[in-house]
Amino acid sequence: MKNRTLTLALMDPPYESANSTTALRIVSAALEKGINVNVFAYEGAVCLPLKDQAPHANPVKGTTVEDEEHPTTKAFVSSLLALGKESPLLTWVNCGLCVDERGAANVVEGVRRGSPADFFKMANESTNTLVIPTK
Amino acid sequence: MTNYVFIESRDPFDSRDTHFVEETAIAVKERGHNVTVFMVQNGVLAARERTGKLSRLAQAGVTLLADDVSLHERGIRPEELEPAVQSSTIDELVNAITRENTKALWH
Repeated sequence: MKNRTLTLALMDPPYESANSTTALRIVSAALEKGINVNVFAYEGAVCLPLKDQAPHANPVKGTTVEDEEHPTTKAFVSSLLALGKESPLLTWVNCGLCVDERGAANVVEGVRRGSPADFFKMANESTNTLVIPTK
Repeated sequence: MTNYVFIESRDPFDSRDTHFVEETAIAVKERGHNVTVFMVQNGVLAARERTGKLSRLAQAGVTLLADDVSLHERGIRPEELEPAVQSSTIDELVNAITRENTKALWH
């Protein structure tokens, strides 16, 4: 079968919407099938791979950071980038202007800066493109 | 003939515009295309038979799939589903949207 590539445009910031979880599940499932994936993160979604995210304890329940095993989206993105290192390939592009507006330049390794022109190119070269907008 | 995959993520009791997906999916189906509605997140709340939300889509012959994780998270049991709805997976969604000649729309 011909190499397939799926492009996703994401817009939701982390910890706000189930859309982010579903999007990351789609990326994971596609990579597991050997499908190349492009992600164009726009608006708040540029914070998904933010390196400054930290897991936290829960003082209400009296649990520690270790007890909580709080998931961070930066860890999910790093895992997906490791899974999609070569073949299949995961390309993750953060919109540069959105990054600057949010001061969100400190991201995990493998994420690169780009522009909507990258999204246009990705979409043109993909089997299909899925845009997941904010509500 | 084109394949259309509508991904419905919204709660039909919260978002009146889920009606738009129903109308569009039926209109596209009537024009002779393959149409699938894949429900995910709160979109699966429509999949319960007693809501009656999917009867028109089922009658129109639209393929109705519901994400298994979303169903499980919301405690929706298989016996509660509209008979035309099949429990599905994100894996199957990826297969559907990476077929040639397929349009995928998220709502």
